[in-house]
Amino acid sequence: MKFMLNGRPQESAYHKLSDILTEAGFDGAVVATALNGVFIPVGARETTELSAGDALEVLAPMQGG
Amino acid sequence: MRSFYGTDLPNPLMLGTAQYPSPAILADAFKRSGAGVATVSLRRESGGARAGQDFWSLIKDLGVVVLPNTAGCHSVKEAVTTAHMAREVFGTPWIKLEVIGEEDTLQPDVFGLVEAARILSDDGFQVFPYTTEDLVVAGKLLDAGCEVLMPWGAPIGSGKGLNNVFGLRAMRAHFPDIPLVIDAGLGLPSHACQAMELGYDAVLLNTAVAKAGDPAAMAEAFARGLEAGLLARSADPMEPRDMAAPSTPVIGKAFLS
Repeated sequence: MKFMLNGRPQESAYHKLSDILTEAGFDGAVVATALNGVFIPVGARETTELSAGDALEVLAPMQGG
Repeated sequence: MRSFYGTDLPNPLMLGTAQYPSPAILADAFKRSGAGVATVSLRRESGGARAGQDFWSLIKDLGVVVLPNTAGCHSVKEAVTTAHMAREVFGTPWIKLEVIGEEDTLQPDVFGLVEAARILSDDGFQVFPYTTEDLVVAGKLLDAGCEVLMPWGAPIGSGKGLNNVFGLRAMRAHFPDIPLVIDAGLGLPSHACQAMELGYDAVLLNTAVAKAGDPAAMAEAFARGLEAGLLARSADPMEPRDMAAPSTPVIGKAFLS
C-alpha cells in the first residue's frame, strides 16, 4: 500500500496504524497522529486502518514561541 | 500575581523555546530568568532521527509549565486538530491558540480565532488566544470561554515593543479582572517593564531572548525588567502632566537677582 507519511511517499505491507508506526520507527516515541487531517488518538491506533493514498501525519514536541 | 486557569506562576515571564543557539543555552535562559512557562510546538517527526524526543526530555527537565501552541495554523480546522494533538502529546489542557490571518504581520485571523476558541473551550481546553487589542474581539473571546487574553505588543519577531499603548491600556481598563498577557513583538526588557506598568499580568516572548548575543543574560534582564514594572505598578505611579512643576521647594529660595 502506498501512502504519504509526513508529506513523503511511503510504502507498507501493513494497514493498521499501530503497525505502520512501529514499522516506521516510532515505537515508544511521544508522538501524535492525524490521518487525512483528522486527529487519531493513541487509543484508536489499533483500530484505525490506512488505505492507499491516505496522508498520515506523525508529530512530536518541537521548539515553539 | 494573578493565576492562569487556576495555576499560579512564579513570575510573569512566559518564554519561548525556539531559535536558541543550543539546547544548553535554552536551559540556561530558563534557569537565569526563572520563567515558569515554556511555549512549545508540534512538528513532523522522523522515526529515524527522533529529534522531538530529545527536545521533550530537555523541556521536562526544566520543571516548568508547558504551553503548547498552534503556531503556523491558518484555519480553524488546522488549529483545532493541532490543539488535540498537542493535548495528547503534552498532557495539558492549555493551548496557545494562534490562527494566523496575514503573512506579512502574522496578524491573527480574529474571526477564525473566536470560532476555534469556542470549539476548544467547549471541548475542555484552557485557551490562551493570541489576539489583537480589539475590545470587541476580546469580549467575544471571553464569551467563547477564554479566561485569559493575549494581545500582541507588535508583530511576532519584530522587537518593536508596545505598538499601541493606548489600545493596550484601554484593554486593561476594560477587563480589570481578566488575566492579560502581552504576546509577541517585545524586543527589550524595557518593553516588558512597560507592560507591567500598564497593569498586564505577564508577557510571552521568544525572539528577543533567543536572538540576543547572550540569550541567558537577556532572559535574566527581562526577568528584572518585569520585576521592576510589577513593583512600579504596585507603587502607584504619579499622573503625568503637560506643564512643568518644580520639584525643589520655591519657599526659602534666596533673592539673588
